[in-house]
Amino acid sequence: MLNLFFPKKTTVIVGLEIGTAKVAAVVGEVTDGGGVNVIGIGQCPSRGVRKGEVVNAEHAAEDVRNAIVEAEKSADVEIASVYLGVTGGHLTSLNTHGVFTSVSLDHEISQQDVNEVLANAKVFNRPSENYVLHSVRQHFTVNGQAGIVDPIGMLGENLEVDMHVIHGVTTRLQNHMRVVAGLNLEVEQTVFSGLCSALALLDNEQKHIGALVVDIGAGTTEYVIYAEGVIKHTGVIAVGGDHVTNDLSYGLRMAPARAALLMREHGAATLDGVADQTLTLTSENGFPDRRVDLHDLRRIMVARLEETFQLIDGEIGELGFHDQLRAGVCLCGGGARIRGIEKLAGNVFGLPATLGRANAVGGLRSASDDPELATAVGLVKYGAMRQKGNQSTGLVGKIKGFAGSLGLF
Amino acid sequence: MTSTETNSTVAPARKQLTIKVFGVGGCGGNVVSQIHRMGFGGAQLIVLNTDSQALAQCPLPYKFNLGITLNGGLGAGGDPERGRAAAQEDEARLRELCTGADMVFICAGLGGGTGTGAGPVLARVAKECGALALAFVTLPFDCEGSRRMRQARLGLEEFKAAADGVICLPNQKVFKLIDENTSVIETFTTTNELLAQGVRGIWQLVTRPGFINLDFADLCAVVRDRHSESSFANAEAVGPHRAKEVVEKLFANPLLDGGAALGEADALLVSLMGGPSLTMAEVNRVMDQINRQCENAHLIMGAAIEEALGDRLTVTLVASRRPSHAADLPQAAAVEKAEPAPASRGGSDFETLGSAIVAKPVARSAAASPALEKVAVAVAEFDAVGAAPVAATRTWRSRKKPKAVHPELGLETVTTGPFQHSEPTRHNGVNLDVPTFVRRGMPMN
Repeated sequence: MLNLFFPKKTTVIVGLEIGTAKVAAVVGEVTDGGGVNVIGIGQCPSRGVRKGEVVNAEHAAEDVRNAIVEAEKSADVEIASVYLGVTGGHLTSLNTHGVFTSVSLDHEISQQDVNEVLANAKVFNRPSENYVLHSVRQHFTVNGQAGIVDPIGMLGENLEVDMHVIHGVTTRLQNHMRVVAGLNLEVEQTVFSGLCSALALLDNEQKHIGALVVDIGAGTTEYVIYAEGVIKHTGVIAVGGDHVTNDLSYGLRMAPARAALLMREHGAATLDGVADQTLTLTSENGFPDRRVDLHDLRRIMVARLEETFQLIDGEIGELGFHDQLRAGVCLCGGGARIRGIEKLAGNVFGLPATLGRANAVGGLRSASDDPELATAVGLVKYGAMRQKGNQSTGLVGKIKGFAGSLGLF
Repeated sequence: MTSTETNSTVAPARKQLTIKVFGVGGCGGNVVSQIHRMGFGGAQLIVLNTDSQALAQCPLPYKFNLGITLNGGLGAGGDPERGRAAAQEDEARLRELCTGADMVFICAGLGGGTGTGAGPVLARVAKECGALALAFVTLPFDCEGSRRMRQARLGLEEFKAAADGVICLPNQKVFKLIDENTSVIETFTTTNELLAQGVRGIWQLVTRPGFINLDFADLCAVVRDRHSESSFANAEAVGPHRAKEVVEKLFANPLLDGGAALGEADALLVSLMGGPSLTMAEVNRVMDQINRQCENAHLIMGAAIEEALGDRLTVTLVASRRPSHAADLPQAAAVEKAEPAPASRGGSDFETLGSAIVAKPVARSAAASPALEKVAVAVAEFDAVGAAPVAATRTWRSRKKPKAVHPELGLETVTTGPFQHSEPTRHNGVNLDVPTFVRRGMPMN
């Protein structure tokens, strides 16, 4: 009944990311001007996720509940539905191409022709167990004229479209959704995390002149290439901050928790000025108990981070995207907190690298300043974009949407 | 195995190797045609078939119709028995063809009649004529049905028994090389090309002198009497990072199961070829990577300069894997008895090459005699010392660890820590869950 007077739910958009290190829920509202304001944040350390995928549903559900409750409190709203970020090494992406020859007499391309060509582009071979997460149109080509964004109303017969498709194993994607559904939350849509991070970080100009976004999470590293205003390529490598911690814990012979602490305090992605330096670690009782070579620590970290960047670099180099990335590399995720990481990334990619800030939203400063929250903030942004799209579906859609907000249907 | 004989025999200086390449059956014919198209000067190409129609379509000059009186030139009808009978009927002719050859390559597609039936007969004849018989065979696609696959498996066993070495390409693996839109013709061209590359690679391997030379005897050491399938892979790269790229390509090769075949291999032959610009550092880098993948294997390497390659670097790799643990012991003996050959090799490469061939029939006739036993016993000491740790470290993880670069870290216990129970992150056959510094062999203070 309350909804009748406060149809708030339609304007409140919640982004939920069930990450390997933490669960983050970000609540945003769409302002009158069409912008997005972050009004609440909820976070909880994550225990049921490994390499970006749910391995313990019980723990994950508990953590999600905590994060959602915190977000509800902080934003003072009731959360009923979320946009869910998903990732994992099983996700595959590819660019597809669709062709359609229009048969209309006046040679004018109609909405129907566009639908046909999009349907054609969606026909590609994938394992039967896979589910298409996204199919994002890139550009249309009309009679050989490339780079067209909206072909409707143009004259031509041969309509082609390039699309970027991300697909993954259905069951592994559903694990995330089940966790959320088990808490009586509705999942509006599942979105690839990397895509969200890119949405949060990049402005329109960067998207046009070309940028690479690398989200270094705890379990996975996602990357997205934007150029000419569209998504050119995406990818996931199931290597992240946990791997750095594990490398350190193995190489320096200490417990992972201690290695993680050491990494936060003394870690950096550079070898400068650490030659022959040693650290004296203190035991729980406050006594010095062992020494660690700082040089070794840094070398282990640099080796892993460098390798991860090199893998991405190899991938984008193979596809020939280097020349298109004029805005350089944007880093986010927990890994972006490592000191000197932008310099290392700059060296590996041979491009200017910066730490990305979630500039796409207003509201709480901490949301846009925190590199770990980029994905969740991006989810809110994605949700806002999608709702905007939905609202302009004509009078019937508007009435339906309004009625839905009243809880009538 | 031939070391003692090698030294005692006075070898004719600079003997030219005589190599014959036979294509048996329809598939074999196609492969040989492909080799012909690729340009292959050093060997005689011969096509054998029971189907005269298929023979007529073949563009090569040397053709022979098997079992013309038996089948009337109408093919073997997918029946290996008829293929075998046809070959046996013309055995005298086959013997004639094989006489004088040092090395006989037999290309055949298994699963049908001629290749499956006649191929092993040819291999036996070639071996009896004193040639090293190497078979390059394909196994049928899964979709061709279980009967063909069963026939192919039987044929493969026969080949293994008859030939010195069998290099097997399961067609199903070719699926990983092609994309969804590849036409049937292209698919078969791909398999033919792979086999053709294999023949060519091995031929180059043994005929070209190199600065780290590989010869006929080395090849024998890897393939001979192993009674197991060998995998073959070949990769090529150009540019400043070619050493790195070529290894990546090699490990990505589906014929090696994404590098997994290397880990299972117990004998390995690697040949590098590059233009005059090939640097020792590159050779080192490539070998370092390969070595790391197959710690326990008996590895033989060669490197050669080929002017025509220009900027390119090619790596050819033949890996023999042990068939099963039960057969481990004779396998180990086989490795050991092959071992002295490269060690005793020195001086002129050509001389040894020639002498190895001259000595070969001697060695082969002795193979069943007690002489072999003696060699095996002679190395038994070494075997006992060497085999124990090998057996102990034959786990998946220990294979990943580099050589004892920094033993103080106790690398025996390399685990992937918290990732142990999750799906390993693999990239080009490398497990990324294993710490990078371990894989790169960076020593810690």
